[in-house]
Amino acid sequence: MDWYPLWNSLRIAAISCILVFFTGIFAAYYASKLPKTVKGLLDVVLTLPLVLPPTVCGYFLLVLFGVKRPLGRFLAQYGIQFVMTWYGGILAAAVVAFPLMYRTARGAFESFDETLAYSAMTLGLSNTYIFWRIRMPACRQGILAGTVLAFARALGEYGATSMLIGYTPRRTATISTTVYQLWRTNDTAGAFRWVLVNLAISTVVLLAVNLLEDRQKRTVKK
Amino acid sequence: MSLVVDIRKKLGSFTLQAFFETRGGILGLLGASGCGKSMTLKCIAGIEKPDSGYIELDGTVLFDAKKGINLTPQQRRVGYLFQNNALFPNMTVRQNILCGLHRENNRSIREKRLQKVLQLLQLEGLEQHRPHQLSGGQAQRTALARILVNEPRLLMLDEPFSALDSHLREKLQLELRKLLMDYGHDVLMVTHSRDEAYHMCGQLAVMHNGRVLTQQDTRELFANPRSIHAAVLTGCKNIAHARKVGSYEVEVPEWGIRLHTQQPVENGLKAVGIRAHSFQPEEQQNAALVQWVGEMEEPFEWITEFRFVHQPAQTSAVWRRFSKNSSTEKYPDRLGVAPEHILLLYEP
Repeated sequence: MDWYPLWNSLRIAAISCILVFFTGIFAAYYASKLPKTVKGLLDVVLTLPLVLPPTVCGYFLLVLFGVKRPLGRFLAQYGIQFVMTWYGGILAAAVVAFPLMYRTARGAFESFDETLAYSAMTLGLSNTYIFWRIRMPACRQGILAGTVLAFARALGEYGATSMLIGYTPRRTATISTTVYQLWRTNDTAGAFRWVLVNLAISTVVLLAVNLLEDRQKRTVKK
Repeated sequence: MSLVVDIRKKLGSFTLQAFFETRGGILGLLGASGCGKSMTLKCIAGIEKPDSGYIELDGTVLFDAKKGINLTPQQRRVGYLFQNNALFPNMTVRQNILCGLHRENNRSIREKRLQKVLQLLQLEGLEQHRPHQLSGGQAQRTALARILVNEPRLLMLDEPFSALDSHLREKLQLELRKLLMDYGHDVLMVTHSRDEAYHMCGQLAVMHNGRVLTQQDTRELFANPRSIHAAVLTGCKNIAHARKVGSYEVEVPEWGIRLHTQQPVENGLKAVGIRAHSFQPEEQQNAALVQWVGEMEEPFEWITEFRFVHQPAQTSAVWRRFSKNSSTEKYPDRLGVAPEHILLLYEP
C-alpha cells in the first residue's frame, strides 16, 4: 500500500492548522475589540468560507492563484505555484478551516473577563504577557476546541483541495481525494482501507482532546 | 501625596464630570450605582480615556488632554482593587502575588517580600491554592497582597465589601482600615454604602449622575449635607420641600408644619431633611401632633411610619427609627425635633 496520501494529508492538515491557529486567534482578538458595525462586516468576510461550498472556495482560489492570473504569475516568478502542488493543499485547507478557528476563538475572547486584563495592566504587566499568560490560558477551552475543529476540517478537506491541487498520485493525493479516486475507479477495497485510516486518525484526535480536557479539569480541581 | 482629578467624559447621554482631590488618608466616592464612580476609577487607572481634563498624582501628570499626555496604565503605578478581585484563575495565590513583584529582579528579595506580604495579609498556607478555592475574604486579601507588593502610589478600591457576606463585612472593614493606615499613600474608595463610607473614609466626595457635587470631611458631610442628593446618600430618610419664613424658621408645606432651626436659614433654601432617629417624643421644640400609619421591626430597632396631623393628602409618610432598648414611647401623640437636627438643603 502506498502511504503517501496519509503523509501528505497529515502535513497539509498540521501546517494549515498552525497557520490558522495564529491567524485565527489574532483576527479574533482584534475583531473582538472593533466597534460593532465594522465587526459585523468583517465577520461576514471572514466567515464566508464556512458557509460557501468548498468548491466555490476552490474556484476563488483558482481565480486568484491560477497560473495565468496576475497574482499566480507574480508568485511563479519566485517559484511559488499553488495550483497542482502539495503545498497548494495547505492554502485550500487553511482557507476552509480558518472560520472555525476564528469564530470559536472570538467567542472565547468575548466571554473573557476584561477586568483581568485591566488589573494586570495596572500591575504594570506588559500587553504581550497579558495576552499569552492571562488571556490565552483563560480562553484555552475555546481555543483548543477551535484548533481541533480546524485540524479535523483541514484533514477532511475535499472540495477546495480537489479544485486547486487535483489528484496526482504521489504528488498531490490526500486521503479524501484518494478515497474518491479509488471509489471512482472501482477499487472499493482500497477506498475502504483509507476510510479506516481516516476513522483511526479522527478517533485518536478526539480521544486526545478528551484526555487533555480531563487533565485540565483535574488540575483545576486540585 | 495627592491626587488631583478634573475630568469630563461623554458616554451617550451620560456625562461624567469628576472634580476632586485627595488630601491624605482615605477619600470615599459616595454615590448610587450607575453614577459614574467606577468609570472615574477607570479613567484614573488609564483604562478609559477622558474626553478632556487633567489627572495628576504626587506631582506627576498622568493625563492632560491639552498637552496630549496620556500615560498607559502600566506607567501610572496606580493600584486598583476590582470588585470581583480579578485574580488570574490559571495561577495559584503565590503566582498571582508574584505578578505584582515582576519588577523585582533579585530572586531572594522577591521571595522575602512575598513571604512578608503573605504574613501581613494572613495568607500563609494558601500559597498553592487557586482563586476558585478561596473564600471571598481570602480572595480579596490575595488581590490586595498582589497590589501592595507592586508598591502603587495610589490605591483605589472599587466597592471592596459588596461581594462579602454581611457578617464578614465589618470585620474586614476593621482589618482593612488598620492595613491602610500603614500603607502610606492616598486611598480612593468607591462605595454606595453610607456605613462603609463613614467607617472607612476621612473625606467624602458625593457623586450624582456623573457629577461630583461636593467634597467634605465625612463627619461634616453627615452633619450638614447641604444638598438633597448628599442627604439621601448619607441615609436621611425624610426629605421635604421647604421655604424660608424667618431667619431661623422654615415652612414645610408637605408636612403642614413650621420648624425652628439652629443654623440661620439662607436664601435659596430648597428642602429640609430630618433623620429618622431625630424624632423624639420628649423633645418639646418643633413638636407636632402625629398619626401612626405603619411599622417595621428590625433586630434591635423599630421603624415606625407616621403622618403629621396637618399633613396634606397624597404626601408620603414620615419615618421614625429608635432602639428597642430605649424607654421611649412607641406611639406617642406628639413628636419633636431638636433644632440642630434640622438639615437645611440648598441644592438639588
